[in-house]
Amino acid sequence: MSAIEDVARSVERAAAVEITGAGTHCGIGAPVVTEGPLTRVAAPAGIVDVQPADMTVRVLAGTPVASLAAALAEHGQECPLDPEDARATVGGVLACGVSGPRRLRHGPLRDAVLEVRVVTGEGRVVRGGGPTVKNVTGYDLPRLLVGSHGTLGVVVEVVLRTQPRAETGRWFTTTAAPGELRARLYRPACLAWDGARTHVLLEGHAADVDAEARMLDLVPTASPSRPPGAHRGRISVEARRIGALATRLRDLEVTWLAEVGVGTVHVGATDPGALDAARFAASAEGGWLLREAGAPDLDPFGLPVPNSALHERVRAAFDPLGKLNPGRLPIAQVQT
Amino acid sequence: MCFPESIEEISAAVGIACRHRVPFVARGSGTGLAGGATPVGDPLVIVTTRMNRILEIDAADRVAWVEPGVCNLDLSRSARHLGLHYAPDPSSQQACSIGGNVGTNAGGPHCLRDGVTSAHVLAVDVVLADGVITRLGGLAPDTPGYDLRGCFVGSEGTMGIAGRIAVRLLPDPPAVRTLLLDFASVAAAAATVSGIIAAGIVPAALEMMDAPITRLVEDFVGAGYPRDAEAVLLVEVSGLPEGVAAEVSGIGQVGRDHGARHVRVAADDAERELLWKGRKSAFGAIARIAPDYYLHDAVVPRTRLVEVLARVREIAAAQDLLVMNVFHAGDGNLHPLLVFDAREPGIWERVHAAGNGIVRACVEAGGVLSGEHGIGLEKRDLMPLVFDPDDLDAQARLRDAFDPSGLANPEKVLPRGSRCGEATRAPEGTWV
Ligand SMILES: Cc1cc2nc3c(=O)[nH]c(=O)nc-3n(C[C@H](O)[C@H](O)[C@H](O)COP(=O)(O)OP(=O)(O)OC[C@H]3O[C@@H](n4cnc5c(N)ncnc54)[C@H](O)[C@@H]3O)c2cc1C
Repeated sequence: MSAIEDVARSVERAAAVEITGAGTHCGIGAPVVTEGPLTRVAAPAGIVDVQPADMTVRVLAGTPVASLAAALAEHGQECPLDPEDARATVGGVLACGVSGPRRLRHGPLRDAVLEVRVVTGEGRVVRGGGPTVKNVTGYDLPRLLVGSHGTLGVVVEVVLRTQPRAETGRWFTTTAAPGELRARLYRPACLAWDGARTHVLLEGHAADVDAEARMLDLVPTASPSRPPGAHRGRISVEARRIGALATRLRDLEVTWLAEVGVGTVHVGATDPGALDAARFAASAEGGWLLREAGAPDLDPFGLPVPNSALHERVRAAFDPLGKLNPGRLPIAQVQT
Repeated sequence: MCFPESIEEISAAVGIACRHRVPFVARGSGTGLAGGATPVGDPLVIVTTRMNRILEIDAADRVAWVEPGVCNLDLSRSARHLGLHYAPDPSSQQACSIGGNVGTNAGGPHCLRDGVTSAHVLAVDVVLADGVITRLGGLAPDTPGYDLRGCFVGSEGTMGIAGRIAVRLLPDPPAVRTLLLDFASVAAAAATVSGIIAAGIVPAALEMMDAPITRLVEDFVGAGYPRDAEAVLLVEVSGLPEGVAAEVSGIGQVGRDHGARHVRVAADDAERELLWKGRKSAFGAIARIAPDYYLHDAVVPRTRLVEVLARVREIAAAQDLLVMNVFHAGDGNLHPLLVFDAREPGIWERVHAAGNGIVRACVEAGGVLSGEHGIGLEKRDLMPLVFDPDDLDAQARLRDAFDPSGLANPEKVLPRGSRCGEATRAPEGTWV
C-alpha cells in the first residue's frame, strides 16, 4: 500500500511523469516530450495474492511477467500475456496493449484484466472493475487502461484472470492453406502463416492434439520465430484481408508472419524504409502498423487516433494537466 | 417514445433531444432487471425493436453485423446452419436484444468459459449523446488509442446508443456432454464447484439449483431432476472428444469425492436438451407457487460460495421469506430469488431488507454488486459499498467525457454526489 502511495505522491508533485517498466517495449509509442523537468516513476513489484481455486491473481504492476508466470506455474496455471520478452512488466505489457500470439484461442489482452488500480494524473489512487471473474459493477476501467500507453494513469496493481495450463501444447507445421486449417481445426491456439507454411499451435488433451495433427498431416516442429530485423512492427488488419495484404507484402524487402483468424501481422525489416512500405501496404488493405522497434523516424502509430475529440476528453478526465507520459500517444488537437 | 428504423434515425432523435435539452433513454426489449431502461422523469425513450435485422454473417471470418434490436436467440439460430453460434446466452435470450446485451454486458450459463458480452463485441457503431455517429473498436484486432469499445459495453445507455454491432461467432464444438450431479447438501454442491475449478477444469457451463427450485422445475418440466436432492449441479463440457471425455470423468470424480449421490451423464442430445430445459424454465416455474419474485444478482469469489449461500438463507429466513437459488455457480454469480405475494401488506419492506442484506453479505465476502444485470437504478445507491469517492469521481468524469451534456440516461449507474464536490441535493421534480 505504501509503495502505491509513494507513486501517488511522486505523480502529485511532478510537473511531468514518464512511466517506466523494464524497457522491453520502449519502441512502442512516441517519445515522451516535455519542456520542464521530467520525473520517472515505476510501479511497485510483487505478487500479492494467488487464488488458484478462483483462477485469479492480484499482482503489483511492476512485476516481471516471468515472475508471474513462475508463480502461476506452481499451481498448473497461466495468464496468457505472452510478451516476446518475459522480462517485461505486467503493467508495461498492459499499457502497450500488445496481445500475445495465442490470441486466437485465448482472446486479447484486454479480456484478462478484472480489476485495475491506477494513479491518475492528479495523484489519486483509483480502482476500477473488481476482483471477481464476472462483474458489471460500474464502468469498465480495466479495459480502458489496456493499451492506454500510460496516458490515463500509472497502473500500479491489477487482478488478472488465470486459467489451467493445457495438458499439451505443441507446434506443428504444414503447407495446407491457412483458410482450410482455420475451417477444420477446432479452436487452435495460433495459426502463424508466413506465405509458404503455417505454424500451428494446438493445445488440449494429448489424444485430441494427436488426432487433429493426423487428420491434417501436420508435422511437429519448434515454435516459429518472429520476423527478424532491427526495424519491427505489427500490422492490424481485418482477418479476411490477410491474403490480399500478403500479396502486397511479398513485393517488399520485409519478412512477415500473419496470425490467421486474428489479423495481426508481425513484420521485420533491415531497412526502416521497408517497414514504412509495409505500413503503406497495410493501409491499402484498411489496416495500420504499430512500430514496435527501430525505425526511429517512423511515426509510431501512422494513423491518427480515431474520435480524437472523445479521446481527448477521456484523457483529460484522468489526467487533466497532461502530466502522464506526455506525447506518448498523440491525439490530434481538436478544433473547437 | 420513438421507434427508429436506422442508426441515422437514432441520431436524428438524439439530435432533437439535445436541442431541446431533453434526456433520452435507450430501450431494447425491456427485460433488464436493474432498471437501466426505466424512464425517470420525462425523457425521450428510444426503442430499438424495429431495428431487428441481421445485416451480415461472414462465415469464414466468424463475424456478424447486427442491428441493436436483434433478439439474442435469433442470431444463434441464423448462424446454426453454418456451424456457428453467438456465445453469450442470457436466460432471457428468447426476448432480450443484442443492443440491450451490449448495454448491460450480459452474461449467461455459457459465459463461464467463453466470456460475457464484452469478449464477443468487436465493434459498435454508436450514436453519441450529441447525435454524432462514430465507430468504437473495429474488425481489425487493434485500433490506435483507448479501448472505447470496451468502455461503452456495459455502460447501460449512459454513453450513447448502439446502432450497429459487430460480434464474434464461435464454431460449434465437435463434442458436448451435459452432466447432472445431485447432492444431499448445498454445501457439498458448492464445494464441488470450487473443486472442479481447482482441478483445472473450466466447464463450458456450471449451474446450480437448490432444493426448492429443483422441485418446482421438476413439477413443471419433468426433466428427471431428483426431487429429494438438496442441490443439483448442471455441468456442460465441450470441445474435442478426448478432452471432453477426460473432463466428464474428472467432474464425476470431484463430485463423488464431495458426496454426490448420482452423476448422470445425458446419453443423447434429447436428454441434454431436457436437462437444459429445466434450468431455462426456472423463472417461469415460479409462477406456479407465488405471483411475484425478486431476482438478485451479485458475485462472490467462487471459493466463498458455501458460506455465502448459508448467509443468504439466514437473511431470507430472518425476513420470513422463501429464497430459491438458481445461478451461474461456476463464476460465483449468485441469483437468489425472493418469492412472495406483493398483495401482502408490508412485504416490499421485507423483500428490500433481505435484498439489501444479501448484496452486503456478498460484498463482505469480497464480491461485487452485480455480475450481469447491471447497476441501473436498482443498485445505483449501493455503489459506495464497493467504490470510494475517488473511484466514483473517476467514473463520473469518464461518463462526462462521453456525454458532456448529461442527457444520456441520467440518474442511472452513478449515485448523486459521485463527482467530487458535486451538490447532492436532488433537482426539483426528479425521481429518487
Ligand atoms: C427471466 C429473465 C432472465 C434473465 N437472465 C439473464 C441472464 O442470464 N444473464 C443476463 O445477463 N441477464 C439476464 N436477464 C436480464 C436482461 O435480460 C439482460 O440485462 C438483457 O441484456 C437486457 O436486454 P434488453 O434488450 O431487454 O434491454 P433493456 O432492458 O431494454 O435495456 C437494458 C439496458 O441497456 C440499455 N440499452 C438498451 N439498448 C441499448 C442500445 N442499443 N445501446 C446502448 N444501450 C442500450 C438500456 O438503456 C438499459 O440500461 C434476465 C432477465 C429476465 C427477465
